[in-house]
Amino acid sequence: MSALIFSLFIFVLACFIGFELISKVPPTLHTPLMSGANAISGITIVGAIIVAGSGGGPMAEWIGFIAIVFATINVVGGFMVTDRMLEMFKKKGDDK
Amino acid sequence: MSQFLPESVLTWLPDAIQIIYLVATAFFIRGIKLLGSPATARRGNQLASIGMLIGIVVTLFDYEVITFEWIIAGVVIGSLIGIIAAKRVAMTSMPEMVAIFNGFGGAASALVAWGELARTTDLVALDTAVLVTVGLSIFIGSVTFTGSFVAFGKLKGFISGNAITFPGLNYINIGSMIAVLGLVVVFTFDPTNTMIFWIILGVSLLIGITSVIPIGGADMPVVISLLNSYSGLAASLAGFALGNSLLIVSGALVGAAGLILTMIMCKAMNRSLFNVIFGTFGGYSGGAGGAGEGGDKTVRETSAEDLAIQIAYASKVVIVPGYGLAVAQAQHIVKEVASKLEAKGVQVKYGIHPVAGRMPGHMNVLLAEADVPYDLLYDLEQINPEFASTDVVLIIGANDVVNPMAKTSPGSPIYGMPILDVDEAKRTIVFKRSLSVGYAGIDNPLFYSERNQMFFGDAKKSLQALNEALNDV
Repeated sequence: MSALIFSLFIFVLACFIGFELISKVPPTLHTPLMSGANAISGITIVGAIIVAGSGGGPMAEWIGFIAIVFATINVVGGFMVTDRMLEMFKKKGDDK
Repeated sequence: MSQFLPESVLTWLPDAIQIIYLVATAFFIRGIKLLGSPATARRGNQLASIGMLIGIVVTLFDYEVITFEWIIAGVVIGSLIGIIAAKRVAMTSMPEMVAIFNGFGGAASALVAWGELARTTDLVALDTAVLVTVGLSIFIGSVTFTGSFVAFGKLKGFISGNAITFPGLNYINIGSMIAVLGLVVVFTFDPTNTMIFWIILGVSLLIGITSVIPIGGADMPVVISLLNSYSGLAASLAGFALGNSLLIVSGALVGAAGLILTMIMCKAMNRSLFNVIFGTFGGYSGGAGGAGEGGDKTVRETSAEDLAIQIAYASKVVIVPGYGLAVAQAQHIVKEVASKLEAKGVQVKYGIHPVAGRMPGHMNVLLAEADVPYDLLYDLEQINPEFASTDVVLIIGANDVVNPMAKTSPGSPIYGMPILDVDEAKRTIVFKRSLSVGYAGIDNPLFYSERNQMFFGDAKKSLQALNEALNDV
């Protein structure tokens, strides 16, 4: 099995899992869910680390550096702001 | 960091990294799952962030990663900006925040694909599959980047919220997309031709602008959600280009989840995805005002003292908040009124229309910020059967979402939109400055109903007066 076919395989399976995971989410959580999913898409930081750190010349390092800055904003800011929102969600009778 | 490890470790390190990537993926899947319920959502988000941390740390041990100055600098700068933004942003500005973060994610993926080209010395030797995915990642990442910034501008108001379009723009956009895809194919045969690369990048950036500009401000939440899906897809494609399975899987998860969320939001806003992307309804100019000042219709007014008595002796009160409530920063005072009623034995519930805030679920966040427990917040389907047994409905800063014309008048622009059936309650009270029309620019027959009373004035001041009047009941 070539590398591309293998990658396609896990891509399609992951898509199905993504569909299943989200299909029954209450409207109350739409906003935090969107910002949380957004933070996860910052996973591209892993690619940015490889590009910036692999000694591929100044051009690649600059591009990788900017990619890391952008992806880190997405990851750190995204998870933090989602947490800030979800922290406020309390059930009746929970401790304030 | 692998250069600091002993030789014996290096032989099994690549496999270990893959296994740990698998663990990170499991954290993401479990995290997204837990994000689906209010009781577990916070833990879900934390699990996902742990997964991210695992993925980042283990990547530092990849044998390809040999220098760290740029990585450390990038992470420090990005974290600072992210932390400050996340701490400072007002909850009312969440749509803008999500839009702009999304744009950064898309840009990062496009840059990763570009960087993959930049660090490759012999482009001709690159696999065709790698070149295709690099091209597609640059395309989708760039569209996400500029598209998100246009969406941000529309939400923030420095780009007109109106649909800016001209005949044929849709065809130009579709034509450009096909042209870019064609150029990606050409690029795979001639990867050293930098001109083709620049055209792909430039046209993709333009498509992001021209495809979001024609969409009205009210539809931005759907657009952001769709762009979020794209940013996942872009990350996944970058993963194909780098042969990195963590990127492929996580990107695909976000891409699919974003798409489902887009569909759900379309349904909540009574729009089809096709209609959002290619239609032009949804610009809110608020222009066609004055339609409500017509002569012969009469409204009944109420006062704080009168209303206090009505609600204090009711058995069930439903509060319908609209975005006007959040604009007036009156969530906390609503919560105080509700607490006083509960102390008197009145049952209080909140009926939340999906588009009550500036994006689906936004009003829930704003009320949660004011310490309203989430189990008192009811969705449209949950609250509608309850209105018939409700004594008083307080409609604060909402208008179109309670307009019966959505059910009764087929010619109306909001016809078919699911609304809160407040007209079934024994009494409705509308908190409003004046009889002006809502975003959709149409009159609301509810105001003139015999069972309705208007409480004119600024929402916050009216609620404060009501809150004080309740002390004397």
